[in-house]
Amino acid sequence: MKFRSVFDIIGPVMIGPSSSHTAGAARIGRVARHLFGREPKAITVSLYGSFARTYKGHGTDVALIGGVLDFDTYDERIVNALTIAKEKKIKVRFTEEDAVTDHPNTARIHLSDEKGELELVGISIGGGKIEVIELNGFALGLSGNSPAILVVHNDRFGAIAGVSNTLAKHEINIGHMNVSRKEKGKEALMTIEVDQNIPQVVLDEVESLPNIIQVAKISD
Amino acid sequence: MFRNVAELVELAQSKNKPISEIMIEQEMDFRGNTREEVYNQMKNNLVVMEQAVERGITEDVRSHSGLTGGDAVLLQDYMKSGNSLSGHTMLDAVSKAIATNEVNAAMGTICATPTAGSAGVVPGTLFAIREKVNPTEEQMVRYLFTSGAFGFVVANNASISGAAGGCQAEVGSATGMAAAAIVELMGGTPEQSSHAFAIALKNMLGLVCDPVAGLVEVPCVKRNAMGASNALVAADMSLAGITSRIPCDEVIDAMYKIGQTMPSALRETAQGGLAATPTGRELEAKIFGVSLDRK
Repeated sequence: MKFRSVFDIIGPVMIGPSSSHTAGAARIGRVARHLFGREPKAITVSLYGSFARTYKGHGTDVALIGGVLDFDTYDERIVNALTIAKEKKIKVRFTEEDAVTDHPNTARIHLSDEKGELELVGISIGGGKIEVIELNGFALGLSGNSPAILVVHNDRFGAIAGVSNTLAKHEINIGHMNVSRKEKGKEALMTIEVDQNIPQVVLDEVESLPNIIQVAKISD
Repeated sequence: MFRNVAELVELAQSKNKPISEIMIEQEMDFRGNTREEVYNQMKNNLVVMEQAVERGITEDVRSHSGLTGGDAVLLQDYMKSGNSLSGHTMLDAVSKAIATNEVNAAMGTICATPTAGSAGVVPGTLFAIREKVNPTEEQMVRYLFTSGAFGFVVANNASISGAAGGCQAEVGSATGMAAAAIVELMGGTPEQSSHAFAIALKNMLGLVCDPVAGLVEVPCVKRNAMGASNALVAADMSLAGITSRIPCDEVIDAMYKIGQTMPSALRETAQGGLAATPTGRELEAKIFGVSLDRK
């Protein structure tokens, strides 16, 4: 079941005009921001399908940038997000893509600064609900609603067990887990959705485990 | 956890509880929250809805494009003349649905029910009924849980996205949700709620999503108006004892299949329907300086 809470249906409280094209877009931007972990210096957004055709009318552009600026769906600053980004000297670029995607409301967000970069593909599936389907080239399934962590790791035996044992020790229950890799024995990604919020100390502990490269948290 | 309307009604009947209660209990279970936490979150949504309605029927709300705004006030003024044909509660619901969507189009704050483009139907009907039957706050919060329970089934078994399933998935779903909730508030049974939902959605099947210039304005605002009126009539029909020959879950499934076969031009792409009319294209060109079909 994609929708599990009544507040996915009655909600979110949001700035109009579209739950999928405005609120959902803001949430996709915000997930990218949380994964990047800081304010980027440059934002490039590629829009597909209905997003590409109608983004100006729906405020999808301001909402995506508002999300990257860490604004929630009801934050009235969303309306002025492009101006705010400009004031912060963040480079913003939008492209409209013709490629046909699986879901009509798809956005690819690329964030960067001098320290690094991140690329994420998100879809807005209705009523403000989103899914992150790709991160840095890895396919993944992440609702964006449950607390979740992403763990970049070396594709070696014991890496997954180490992470799950650490979470178990802190009594954190895993609701959904996905592991993907591009190539055997190289870099891989764990996507873990959990039932409780994960304290920073646990994240630090996970990051210190053997073969773990990077850990990013997404709170609800 | 209920997976369809039949299970939802069955749960309510076997536990001898209203549908709103089944939804509240499921939410408590899913989140691990107390009843008070779940109730208060919904109460906050109710407050946002009320503020949007109040703003829409009293202020001169205008969207940035200039396509929509001010109609909720026109209707409230007209109602005062006493000459309306469709009656006070009906027009009150219609004007309050319009009010919500006018605020939404103006990038104001609303609560999506189930989406922003269809946010007017549920609060529009609720705040009109409040004038008539003076419900308690709890009844009003329960109204939203009952609406949510039906929307929950539609979202999981079909779609609530116009881009995926057309307007039938948005205003159609909202209309069914409101009809089902009206029935519970007015003392009907869970089964009558499901019939009201089915009757309402049946009359929204095939409705396409064809917003002019891709904006959630034309025809979305007026579709919410008609959704509110449809919901009231469907609820009255069900409360009168009229049943839907096609079971609720089959109507939802039909809506899903119709959405899947709907051409992309009619699913929130501003490529067909009213968006592609000469006037639609003219408005679009005026707003963006260029028509979307020539980009």
